Amino acid sequence: MSTPLEHDYIGLAATSSMERSSEKISSSSSSSIPSNIEDKTTNNPSLNLKETELRLGLPGSESPERKLSLFGKDLETNDKSNGFVGSPLKNLVSGAKRGFSDAIDGSNGNWVFAINGKSDVELGKGAVLASPRGGLDNKTNPQQVRTSVPVMKEVVGVPQSPKPVQDKKNLVPPVNEHASAPAAKAQVVGWPPIRSFRKNSMASNLAKNSDEAAGCLYVKVSMDGAPYLRKVDLKTYNNYREFSSALEKMFSCFTIGQCGSNGDGLSESRLMDLLHGSEYVLTYEDKDGDWMLVGDVPWEMFTDSCRRLRIMKGSEAIGLAPRAMEKCKNQN
Amino acid sequence: MEPSELKRSKDSPNSDESTRRSSFPDEVLERVLSLLKSHRDRSSVSLVCKDWYNAERWSRTHVFIGNCYSVSPEIVARRFPKIRSVTLKGKPRFSDFNLVPENWGADIHAWLVVFAAKYPFLEELRLKRMAISDESLEFLAVSFPNFKALSLLSCDGFSTNGLAAIATHCKNLTELDIQENGIDDKGGSWLSCFPESFTSLEVLNFANLSSDINFDALERLVGRCKSMRVLKLNRSVSLEQLQRLLVNAPQLAELGTGSFSEELTFRQYVELESALSNCQNMHTLYGLWDAKGIYLPALYPVCTHLTFLNLSYAALRSDELAKLLAHCPRLKRLWVLDTVEDKGLEAVGLNCPLLEELRVFPADPFDEEIIHGVTEAGFVAVSFGCPRLQYVLYFCRQMTNAAVATIVQNCPDFTHFRLCIMNPGQPDYITNEPMDEAFGAVVKTCTKLQRLSVSGRLTDLTFEYIGRYAKNLETLSVAFAGSSDWGMQCVMGGCSKLRKLEIRDCPFGNAALLSGLEKYESMRSLWMSACNVTMNGCRLLAREMPRLNVEVMKEDGSDDSQADKVYVYRSIAGPRRDAPPSVLTL
Repeated sequence: MSTPLEHDYIGLAATSSMERSSEKISSSSSSSIPSNIEDKTTNNPSLNLKETELRLGLPGSESPERKLSLFGKDLETNDKSNGFVGSPLKNLVSGAKRGFSDAIDGSNGNWVFAINGKSDVELGKGAVLASPRGGLDNKTNPQQVRTSVPVMKEVVGVPQSPKPVQDKKNLVPPVNEHASAPAAKAQVVGWPPIRSFRKNSMASNLAKNSDEAAGCLYVKVSMDGAPYLRKVDLKTYNNYREFSSALEKMFSCFTIGQCGSNGDGLSESRLMDLLHGSEYVLTYEDKDGDWMLVGDVPWEMFTDSCRRLRIMKGSEAIGLAPRAMEKCKNQN
Repeated sequence: MEPSELKRSKDSPNSDESTRRSSFPDEVLERVLSLLKSHRDRSSVSLVCKDWYNAERWSRTHVFIGNCYSVSPEIVARRFPKIRSVTLKGKPRFSDFNLVPENWGADIHAWLVVFAAKYPFLEELRLKRMAISDESLEFLAVSFPNFKALSLLSCDGFSTNGLAAIATHCKNLTELDIQENGIDDKGGSWLSCFPESFTSLEVLNFANLSSDINFDALERLVGRCKSMRVLKLNRSVSLEQLQRLLVNAPQLAELGTGSFSEELTFRQYVELESALSNCQNMHTLYGLWDAKGIYLPALYPVCTHLTFLNLSYAALRSDELAKLLAHCPRLKRLWVLDTVEDKGLEAVGLNCPLLEELRVFPADPFDEEIIHGVTEAGFVAVSFGCPRLQYVLYFCRQMTNAAVATIVQNCPDFTHFRLCIMNPGQPDYITNEPMDEAFGAVVKTCTKLQRLSVSGRLTDLTFEYIGRYAKNLETLSVAFAGSSDWGMQCVMGGCSKLRKLEIRDCPFGNAALLSGLEKYESMRSLWMSACNVTMNGCRLLAREMPRLNVEVMKEDGSDDSQADKVYVYRSIAGPRRDAPPSVLTL
């Protein structure tokens, strides 16, 4: 079948075999992928590879199109009662292999940004909620951040045990059914082969209102460890959420690609390094040349002052993301 | 030429070699050869004998360099002393899709420095996929007093400040063509740099840019450049402004509109339609950004003599396209977005019997939930109605072997067949078989095929077919295809005219790479990325073929032995010295 071949070239096959051996959350999604494909024609969306994508969490960045169900319930609606925003669980359930989870505190624009390595260890510790702004320190919106952690623990059960994960294996297929096979396309660099100019024009066609003024604001985006930079037009996004999804699509290929390019010899320890490794932090350089954390200011102020972006490894984000660094140290 | 000289040559038909040679004076030969335009003919001519080589080099005024690293500017200047027009291509084509590292190279500046010294009367420069800075543009603007035409396609490294320098200093400029570049758009003030006395512009294309320009300056510029025949506006120019421009430029042959979607009063609409109907010479229409269906009828008066219609930035529906095409019987080239769907393509087949080129671009290539776009049915419908099709670029989400077989049966004259099934490695969606037979049919039926891009699930059989049948193939693009080295070996062994081969994400390894050892010197270049080629294989190639440059681009965190991206090309200039650290020359 076509998709397994495609998996090989973007490394997902390595992923699924690895996951089977380690019985992690994401194995539930990856290993169910082939069977879904066989069942359906390629015309039919059957594959939620999105669940295995890296996620960059920015304020309000729950991606609305991702359906999420846990214990049969739809978690898409924001359960305000406990401040839980759904996305960390989404990653948990769907088994985002190396996903960034977005524990978003939608209302005040704070966001947290951490890799949800499919390890229960990280989740159990609420690593998912590591806020570069010290969200766990009760500085801002202590309520919502604090209460999300218990929710996480509830769901996860014993943090270190893979067992609760396996329960969720059964729950994953419903999520996957909603997904679409072409999801993988977004992860492949330079495919389909369309020139940047056209891509950017179409993106701005879709994103902008007809009344919006012409004009664009291209800024470079670099990611530590990626072989080349990208450019984004900030004017094509209206808020942090759209921006974050776009960045996810753009950069997910790098981490997944790193696995794939090792051929068939992907060692377990190497994969562990990637998964448990440093969290990523999204930062930008403002007009004054200072490096700031993305998400503090309203969107319009951000687009006005942002000169370029950098997706930093958390271990480097000293001073910007003290909690993130701490999480690194705790895990490794 | 003296009559006596002529007589002498006629009187000595049986002369020996030396007389025969002198009986055909260089001046005559040069004069004759100066009429030759095709650079391939010129290359052939230069191989005949030493005299012809010399005559050719003295009479050549335009040089085309398909790979800027295959030769050095010094070598070019030494061989061709009288060049007035240069076309240069730089980066590998896959740089358009972000597969080539930044700072890879292909910087024009070294060339400009040599040209400034050797070709002070340079008039034209056309660059594709080169890096050009603002400093270089300024240097260009001040170094060549006769400079007339600048065309930049898919280039990067410059900003609108560079354009300002060109506008300010090039007093004889006839062409400024800025297309699809990675340009740093700092604002539209560059356009106001054309002096008020400046009237020579014939071609102006700034559709690439998005900032607002000073419309008054543009209006005056267009008004005073009476020879302007090509005008491609950017999105910031409104419909109402378009009308004002057209009133002053009815002679335009090619028009790229700005945004085609504001609210017009009835009177404004009528004025626009009237202005367009005065453009009797117009044969090409571009732009139509955000086109609203209700305004398209304003184009009808122009449509009757249109030969090229580029709707690839206008997300039209099938009915909107159908209505428009009913007025375009003479269309030869059509570019559309897949929002027109199969029904729109049926309208193409019904209305455009003279069609030679069709390009269908995806409106939402990365949207996971898309369920429309075009399918094999649309392509088949076009093929029934447009037997003269020669060039097709088709992005779709499903295809079948049977459909492609039908298509090429209807249109056997394809010279360029580029089919992109957007899901990598997708099989025939009805039979679930690989798409081998589809491309087999293409190469068996279309004997004139020069360029082929394949996609979908393909085994080595596709490449066996290509090697066996595609005897005129010059350019081949392959992605996510093949089963083993054998596939590439078939191509290298069979396609004698192959010049450019670009491969990504295929299971071709060293054996495949090395099977082309003898062939690479007759090709312009080979690109292989995300294949199974190793550093050792590349080193072997470099060692065996010293006249090839073998460059490897490594990616972060990859295995030391893997050659992630390989670019091989022939060169008489030796290994390049401006490669960034990520590019290793072996």
